[in-house]
Amino acid sequence: MEHVIIGNGAAAIGAVEGIREIDKASPVTIVSAEPYRAYGRPLIANLLSGKIVEADIYYRADDFYEARGVKLLLGEKAARIDVEKKRVVLESGKAVSFGRLLIATGGIPFIPPIKGGEGSSIYTFTTLDDAKNLEALPGKVERVVVIGGGLIGLKAAESLHDRGIKVTVVELADRILSSAFDREAGDIVEKRLKEIGIEIVLENSVKEIVRAKGRIKAVILNNGEQYECGAVVIAIGVIPNKAIVEGTGIMTNRGILADGNMQTSVPGIYAAGDVAEAPDLLLGQKRVAPIWPNAYLQGRYAGLNMAGAKKPYRGGVAMNSIEFYGIPTVSMGISNPPDEGYVVRAVYEPKKNLYRKIVLKGHRLVGAVLVGQIQRAGVLTGLMTGRTNVESFEEELLNGEFGFASMPPDVRKKILAENR
Amino acid sequence: MKRVYAKEDVCIGCRLCEIACVVEHSESKNAIRTYKTEVPRPVARNVVEERGPLTFSVNCRHCDEPLCVAVCIAGAMVKDEESGVVRHNEEKCVGCWSCVMICPYGVIKMKPAAKKVSKCDLCNGRTMPACVQACPNRAIVYEER
Amino acid sequence: MLYYDQNKNYRDFEVLRDENKCIQCQVCVRQCSYEVHTYDEKHDEVTADQTKCVGCHRCEAFCPTDALKIRKNQSEFRDNALWTPQYLKNIYKQADTGGVLLTGMGNSYPYPVYWDKMLLDASQVTNPSIDPLREPMELRTYLGAKPDAVEVHGGNGHPRLDTSFAPQIPIEYPILFSAMSYGSINLNIHVGLARAAEEMGTLYNTGEGGLHPTLYQYGKNTIVQCASGRFGVHTDYLNAGVAVEIKIGQGAKPGIGGHLPGEKIGPEISLTRMIPEGTDALSPAPHHDIYSIEDLRQLIYALKEATDYKKLVFVKIAAVHNSAAIASGMVRAGADVISLDGFRGGTGAAPTMIRDNVGVPIELALASVDERLRQEGIRNRASLVVAGGIRCSADVVKAIALGADAVYIATAALIAVGCTVCQRCYTGKCPWGIATNDPYLAKRINPEIAHEKLANLIRGWGHEIQEMLGGMGLNALESLRGNREKLRGVGLNETELNILGIKHAGA
Repeated sequence: MEHVIIGNGAAAIGAVEGIREIDKASPVTIVSAEPYRAYGRPLIANLLSGKIVEADIYYRADDFYEARGVKLLLGEKAARIDVEKKRVVLESGKAVSFGRLLIATGGIPFIPPIKGGEGSSIYTFTTLDDAKNLEALPGKVERVVVIGGGLIGLKAAESLHDRGIKVTVVELADRILSSAFDREAGDIVEKRLKEIGIEIVLENSVKEIVRAKGRIKAVILNNGEQYECGAVVIAIGVIPNKAIVEGTGIMTNRGILADGNMQTSVPGIYAAGDVAEAPDLLLGQKRVAPIWPNAYLQGRYAGLNMAGAKKPYRGGVAMNSIEFYGIPTVSMGISNPPDEGYVVRAVYEPKKNLYRKIVLKGHRLVGAVLVGQIQRAGVLTGLMTGRTNVESFEEELLNGEFGFASMPPDVRKKILAENR
Repeated sequence: MKRVYAKEDVCIGCRLCEIACVVEHSESKNAIRTYKTEVPRPVARNVVEERGPLTFSVNCRHCDEPLCVAVCIAGAMVKDEESGVVRHNEEKCVGCWSCVMICPYGVIKMKPAAKKVSKCDLCNGRTMPACVQACPNRAIVYEER
Repeated sequence: MLYYDQNKNYRDFEVLRDENKCIQCQVCVRQCSYEVHTYDEKHDEVTADQTKCVGCHRCEAFCPTDALKIRKNQSEFRDNALWTPQYLKNIYKQADTGGVLLTGMGNSYPYPVYWDKMLLDASQVTNPSIDPLREPMELRTYLGAKPDAVEVHGGNGHPRLDTSFAPQIPIEYPILFSAMSYGSINLNIHVGLARAAEEMGTLYNTGEGGLHPTLYQYGKNTIVQCASGRFGVHTDYLNAGVAVEIKIGQGAKPGIGGHLPGEKIGPEISLTRMIPEGTDALSPAPHHDIYSIEDLRQLIYALKEATDYKKLVFVKIAAVHNSAAIASGMVRAGADVISLDGFRGGTGAAPTMIRDNVGVPIELALASVDERLRQEGIRNRASLVVAGGIRCSADVVKAIALGADAVYIATAALIAVGCTVCQRCYTGKCPWGIATNDPYLAKRINPEIAHEKLANLIRGWGHEIQEMLGGMGLNALESLRGNREKLRGVGLNETELNILGIKHAGA
């Protein structure tokens, strides 16, 4: 049974490892539009800021593919999937036949139409090539405007700032990190970024990019304010890169719909990673969760099931860990409860850059936000994914020193007795 | 595989396990030299929890399905297929703390200054991990369960 | 030290910390329950308050870099044969408090140790010695009353026993663990004692603290005690073991009762002792129903009735001046076993003056009791178990030769699990986790390790006893019992030799 994987990110690597755990022999082919071995996508920020070099960015050992008998077609973009004939047609005209197919094409940056948005010096920040392109800016450009105050936008801003560029972040919402984090966490990070010298403009957006002789001179915001800059980074968000399934009959919503086995509506075809819309452990419904851990785990379970293991994926949980200039920040699960059905408890000490929030529903931990003090955050994650009843120690969850000793003996002993 | 387990009923909170871990992962492997001269000093890779009379060590379980490996964006966490040991390559670690966020036992230690984490390596094939050997009351055991 | 009464600075011990070796790991800080060591975070320094040190050596034993030594305080008072520092310090203390001096463990004064003034025999040329590694060597002992005579009928190679025997307890080693109550020591040690007794085929004794529900499973290796406080005594308890011991007295504090303070009576101890939590557990000095041998007989037979005559009844007394006469009365009152506790016997708490000034050396008491019972022709009607300062297997062998059926050990058992005889049991802060029920400290005894160490001690002593027996040309402990010909005294006067019933070395 030939396994073919479109994409070469975390989900693809997870899939290779999953397949090879079960099936050491069947051929595996990876088709990847990007010309690189798999790399740690979030590390493009570390690369751009100069904290690591390109050799450090690669995700697995040099001989990873060879050692696992994986045929690698790099720089080959898949054009379409022929479901009937079970083959992937590449833009180069070649075709690859598959027994089982995994679509792990990831996400692509969402770029809204902006006046002046056509032309040079408009960047995105999701690929190694993006980082390399941006690496050329220091020395040439003094100021950059980043559109979007989410995780990617702020990481781009931080990296460029580290390279000596003056950065202004423009965010439409009334706070940064509005989707993954909450107001308090956003406030602490915002304060820190401002201390460092990154300018942040909230409740505004770029109406127009002003050019002279084709070169970017400034941006004009909705309120008419003008910010000089030599380049613009658009980091509003990523959307599933699902164009390839058009016309195949594979069902999609926001992303490609996948079941518990990561299989799409077409048997033998799987989807994983940022392109997939798969079950969420806490929400009890499918959603697109474009984060690394989900991508890897979905890929891994897709791989296991492609190889015939019949191991359903329990579903992922949204989670982000990110540090801004010495302030580690973690969000997990439902960090912004959508309705009144949740209990929220928090300790907020902005002067110390400390924040700890827990979100409970029916005595189960369903979300948390930690800023400043994040050691042992995983114990909370474990309670969340283990659906542990925390009623008897809810108060303790807010303690920065929270650990197993804070739990009643029966709960503690049960968790510590398990091997995972 | 053999794993390190703690027994809270007989843990006396002396924390010799932590000292043994630090020394085992030091340059000199000598307790006095490690503590007096090594900068930065290795961090203990287990967590000793204390609350009133209750004390116990929590150690890496080298999970069968290690979440730290799944979430590591740098490829620094790898589960060794043969030994089952979940190894961490500090060279590759970028200090994103994803593993800290996910480890259900809370046993991945942060080294904020170095922007690296540190985790148990089962003392790299030592017959008995240092913490287990150092425990004066058999409150940490290394066994198959 | 600043703020202390000046005389507190006449401390007993000095904590010597080698700063070149100290790594500020604070293991000593965490291990010392007397708060001698403290960590100064600001200066990253561990310091010691020497006045609090009791000399238990816990910190030294746990220091990972050998940075700590505990020495006697080197500061000397002017030599005085009468007013030694110990008396001076006691007076200072009492002048401060107006209280009774308290202590733990056994009499520590330099009275003669008769074990060290007796030597064993060995075979040479005639009656050759026996190698216990090659030949069978019987250590099994049966405790219980033996008949005056054994009658058989039949013969012709098929003899039948006509005499019916009182119940007997076989023990594989002549060494029992003597009474230490749950309360004075903790459950972890009791579990260790019970399991070791089970493994080695011997007995342990509950003391007067009752029997914790988890320990009923070790019944065939258990002696349950019934003392003046009657704590935890009920029908199931009396029938739980193989014997019931009536405790009249204790070698460490003859003539006085016991007192376990209310703060030590936690939920488990309360349950086991059958007294309310937080109330003082007072054991009266006498049993309020025993004022004569006849009263004792009533209690012995009440207990035999309660246990359907299946359990042995031990009666334990402290060795005092007229032990021999009392023992005779005890046997006649129906005791199956006489437990005789010498003045070196330990305790969790005793007034210092009592501990150090009352009682009789066990060697002398043993010799006189055994002799008296023989003279009266009733030695067979009870076994004799002696206690109080048995330190090694040679002491055991000498005790057997003097006439004991077996010995009780307790201090030695505690030393096996870490005790350093610092004599501060009464504080409840035992840093070795022994004489304490503080949950933080009691964990320091891992029952599994305690079991192993206690069993090892018995095993080791057993090997040595076999060696010594073999050396004397004996192949059964029974052949040594009361065989005083195997002992010779050194440096003893005529009176001592007469009481011990032995010849002087060379004779």
